[in-house]
Amino acid sequence: MLAKRIIPCLDVKDGTTVKGVNFVNFRDAGDPVELGKRYSDEGADELVYLDITASYEGRETFIDLVRRVAARVSIPFTVGGGIGSVDDVARLLGAGADKISINSSALRRPELISEISSAYGNQVCVVAIDARLEDNGEWICYVKGGHEPTERRLVEWAHEAQERGAGEILFTSMNHDGVKQGFANEALLQLHNALSIPVIASGGCGSMAHFKDAFELGQCDAALAASVFHFGEIGIRELKQYLQKENINVRTI
Amino acid sequence: MSVAIVKYNAGNVFSVQCALQRIGVDAVITDDFEALRRADKVIFPGVGEASTAMDYLRERGLDEVIKNLTQPVLGICIGLQLLCRSSEEGGAQCMGIFDTDIKRFDNSLCAELKIPHMGWNTLEVTTPNLLIPESLRESYVYYVHSYYAPICRHTIATTDYVVPFSAALHRDNFYATQFHPEKSGDVGETILKQFMAL
Repeated sequence: MLAKRIIPCLDVKDGTTVKGVNFVNFRDAGDPVELGKRYSDEGADELVYLDITASYEGRETFIDLVRRVAARVSIPFTVGGGIGSVDDVARLLGAGADKISINSSALRRPELISEISSAYGNQVCVVAIDARLEDNGEWICYVKGGHEPTERRLVEWAHEAQERGAGEILFTSMNHDGVKQGFANEALLQLHNALSIPVIASGGCGSMAHFKDAFELGQCDAALAASVFHFGEIGIRELKQYLQKENINVRTI
Repeated sequence: MSVAIVKYNAGNVFSVQCALQRIGVDAVITDDFEALRRADKVIFPGVGEASTAMDYLRERGLDEVIKNLTQPVLGICIGLQLLCRSSEEGGAQCMGIFDTDIKRFDNSLCAELKIPHMGWNTLEVTTPNLLIPESLRESYVYYVHSYYAPICRHTIATTDYVVPFSAALHRDNFYATQFHPEKSGDVGETILKQFMAL
């Protein structure tokens, strides 16, 4: 049976892991390659690397990092951040990334999704969506790292992305992100019901039970988290064991 | 030992080369006919679209070279599909090593079915073979594909995704996996080592 996936997300700036990685007895926590290798050894199913560098030099450093991850890590990884063209995608896939993730650039120019998927297949194209549940009860998509609202609604945009060739939707709830009270399970279920491609949940987990809820109530295919893993609050190995005990199908190693 | 990875227009060759390096094997990526014929082992990987890939191989005569190789050959993902008779993807006529026709997953069978089949799924070893030892039964391997090889007389391992399909095929010197051993952690490394030991 297809396993539910657990995906640690690493923010990278100038070749270094940011977002306070705080492991006891792990000197290489600042090195995104070694950190990724460690997560992989603990049983992570995939990795996501987000490039949050703004400068051109930083971008080149990131390409080099992608190459080193590909050499070191034997599970799939997605890269995102600042991808605006098929040429950007070509460079990242050429460096060994398995998938790329696009966000604001897809909302600005939705044709980018079809350009990427027709060049490299749907499976490489992850469309990330940051959305907020507004007071009127609508989920609205945001761009620029959640700073600027758009006219688009979550489910409608996710469906359009799928029709244009997205292979997966990575949905971050801005209401839930950082709050540690659980994922946005109702919105996840809406996405699950509306889409025929996998959905990755992001934003809000603070406990192992939150993952279980996202898989059971939200029916998501994968769950992504950053700080609970980076701060060692939840170990991937123990998370997998917990989920298995709760009858959720996960890969244990 | 010399190992050649077939260079063509379906991506993913670099990942395979990296995975081989991790198990201590230096492989060359080449489309040179002689280099492919002379190699001790040939890997035919791929991520892409079947008919475009097949057209590319045919235009360059690489399909004939691959079909007539006599050393151990390992097809991966699209590589497996191109070694079958045909594919529904773009109506491609393929190389016909394995007696089966590639089909698309049908989500009219099950509304819950997500396409592509993406992620980690378990192996069932159905025929004793040298590529996937019995000890890897129930092990998870990584898949990403929308088309599959139905079970046929060359099937050696299966995976269930609403329908059981060929996870791996074997005929004479030709082996192939639908999953990506190069992305399947330790299990994948074991399978690559098994292939290198053939």
